[in-house]
Amino acid sequence: MKGVHDLGGKPGFGRVDQSGAETVFHDRWEAKVFAMVGAGSAAGAWSNTDRFRHAVERIDPEAYLTQGYYGRWLGGVETLLTEAGIVSQEEITVRAIARGASRKDLVAAQPLSSPDPVGQPPSSIGSDRTIVRAPEFKVGDQVRSLVNAVSHHTRLPEYVRGKRGQIVMHHNGWVFPDTNAHGKGENPKHLYTVKFSSEVLWGKPGFSVCVDLFEPYLESVDG
Amino acid sequence: MADESPQEIRAEALESILIEKGLLTAEAVDDVITRYSEQVGPMNGARLVARAWVDPQFKKQLLTDATSVVKSFGFEGGQVEKLVVVENTNKVHNAVVCTLCSCYPWAVLGLPPKWYKDPAYRSRIVMEPRQLLSEMGVRLGHHVDIQVWDSSAEIRYMVLPMRPSGTQHLKEEQLAELVTRDSMIGVEVLPGKPS
Repeated sequence: MKGVHDLGGKPGFGRVDQSGAETVFHDRWEAKVFAMVGAGSAAGAWSNTDRFRHAVERIDPEAYLTQGYYGRWLGGVETLLTEAGIVSQEEITVRAIARGASRKDLVAAQPLSSPDPVGQPPSSIGSDRTIVRAPEFKVGDQVRSLVNAVSHHTRLPEYVRGKRGQIVMHHNGWVFPDTNAHGKGENPKHLYTVKFSSEVLWGKPGFSVCVDLFEPYLESVDG
Repeated sequence: MADESPQEIRAEALESILIEKGLLTAEAVDDVITRYSEQVGPMNGARLVARAWVDPQFKKQLLTDATSVVKSFGFEGGQVEKLVVVENTNKVHNAVVCTLCSCYPWAVLGLPPKWYKDPAYRSRIVMEPRQLLSEMGVRLGHHVDIQVWDSSAEIRYMVLPMRPSGTQHLKEEQLAELVTRDSMIGVEVLPGKPS
């Protein structure tokens, strides 16, 4: 899906602020959010990482850019706990107001009233999967990534859409985020590392970017 | 209360509800802090780098199958189901990012620093890496090719930095202490030692 999370090449963000980089958790609440992500997953509010990533992508865009990494995670965990019926947003808001919050505060989570089904638990640990189907591409092949944006969760960044690159690694089969995030199955696909030159991406020389792309994101380029 | 952000208050509200429902224990937070402050961190990646600097055979293994190497070390922390290590040389400088979220090889580098997860780094490193790295203190000549790795699936990347000059006399354990997290992300070149 298109969204503020898809940040590669987006203009206007300025200098990188490296202050506070040596602190793992800047405040205790950040570790609390980390722990709640583990608890929400254990409670069955979601069954895989793709679904959690998608929940973070669906939060309020202003909150995404301003509330920091653990603010985004809080938005994701609140979204999924609410969609699973484990808590209600009003329940959280009432409790937050009792602790000094305001009804005007920007809340990151934007849960859906008709969410996707949670889906089956993972068929095995991790995301690496055996795949019977032969790969469509091999190392050295020239490929182009799909042009059109999609409304569902995807791991094809916007800045490489429609761009031509070269396969530099083949990683065999992996769980396909585009279906797995929506409770539509693991649907393993071949995964490749594709190298894009800076000339192709931005019209300037001097560097290249490697992106890990699933087979359905790619089409063959003749010659 | 005034210095608490709305997201901090809301996180604590949700935490209290989950504890009441028996879905979370108060101790879980301390476990997370202990795990990622003490057991999991860049000291693990630094061990791999230092060994690679002194042992050519190990270096070859690390660059061809880092996943097996990491398994043999038994590092905790996760996020290295498949790890690829890329080597910095005089000709190629590598840097790692995740533009879509903040994927990072936890088991070897710990949890990522705040800047790695912020929009500025994620947007700019794939578009103007030479300028951005220069702002972060890495000035690369125009003969150096820059290779950026965007971790868009479950493959995780770590940079093998160049061994600093003037360290020939140091042992593996001493070398490991010189290796920084930022050098393994690719936003720092380790400074040489006066000999």
